[in-house]
Amino acid sequence: MIVAKRKPINEIAEMLAPYKKVTVVGCRSCVAICLAGGEKEVKMLVSALKVKNKKDGKKQQIEGFVVERQCEKEWIKEVEEKVLESDVTLSMACSLGAQTIGDMYPSHLTFPGLNTGMFGVPEEQGVWSEKCVGCGNCIIHTTGGICPIARCAKSMLNGPCGGSSNRKCEVNLEVDCAWAAIYDRLKIQNRLDLIDKVTPAKDWSTSHSGGRRVYVREDAKLTPHQKKGREGVQ
Amino acid sequence: MTDRRPKIVGFCCERHGMDAVVMAARSGKQSDASVRLVQVPCTGRVDGLHILKALEDGADAVFVLGCLEKNCYYDTGSIEGRKRVAYVKQMLSEAGIEKERVEMFNAASTNAWAYPEAVAKMVEVARKLGPIGGGERQ
Ligand code: SF4
Ligand code: SF4
Repeated sequence: MIVAKRKPINEIAEMLAPYKKVTVVGCRSCVAICLAGGEKEVKMLVSALKVKNKKDGKKQQIEGFVVERQCEKEWIKEVEEKVLESDVTLSMACSLGAQTIGDMYPSHLTFPGLNTGMFGVPEEQGVWSEKCVGCGNCIIHTTGGICPIARCAKSMLNGPCGGSSNRKCEVNLEVDCAWAAIYDRLKIQNRLDLIDKVTPAKDWSTSHSGGRRVYVREDAKLTPHQKKGREGVQ
Repeated sequence: MTDRRPKIVGFCCERHGMDAVVMAARSGKQSDASVRLVQVPCTGRVDGLHILKALEDGADAVFVLGCLEKNCYYDTGSIEGRKRVAYVKQMLSEAGIEKERVEMFNAASTNAWAYPEAVAKMVEVARKLGPIGGGERQ
């Protein structure tokens, strides 16, 4: 899932300061699971901003809402009125949600309330860790199911590097060396021969380095005729 | 300066927390602050949002009173309470609001002093800081 973190409240307050009417919109998907922008977090932020405004003697109308998935236009329609009647919308979804609202209402201001961080998983209650960077050409079947691109600081394909020591990464001794983990995993799987194999340089054109990616499933797309039909129904 | 009594909200668990409140009352300890006590089944039920709402709605200071940590009726409820209080304190600091306005206290049923002590501490904080956003101070 996408893992994000709320921006510090003073930073959010500063962004919103010039505006009288603020609509905060959260999302019930990834960012609710990582406790950054679900219903609870929206309510707490709205309340904290109101307390801050009270302290600063500032008048501002702030209302909070939450949608099922903010990266899908259909759900945003539910709060369209609230978005458009505000001076600014603060998105408490990941940046995909914020950008979807922004794309739908281009003349309206939509600001990010969260810092979108990573593709990660919940490791334990309250802890999320990065596992993938979306390179567009997955290779974890050769690395024991552990991604060296996301989990190694140098994204090495033929690790470990010379700095790996006591299973820790030289870049940060708090962090486990990804290649030590890959070695252990391959050992359990009796596939240590893979460690000796030299992986050639990766084609990064499938990653973000190749520019913005757009994936299309032709069979799922609507034909112009189908689109017209849908519009008619709506 | 008008004679304004600090407005304090206390979330108190119905186990050792409330027992301690009753103990204090029996021993005749009183406070001049207008404390609004909210009884909750367990301090683990207290949400950060409850605390913020109390501040939003006019409380000068908010406290949570629960069982002693290793003697909690629901085992880990008061640990949860402490963590929620800590998170609200963090939010308040981020927002530039005094985090001392929110505090966690623990008590055993027989600690007659615990509740009056908590109230006294919050009264002191509320008097020192005054209402959020100024207004009348004592
Ligand atoms: S190899 Fe690429 S797609 Fe696979 S987990 Fe790593 S970054 Fe993600
Ligand atoms: S120590 Fe391990 S994780 Fe760190 S850069 Fe080297 S190979 Fe990668």
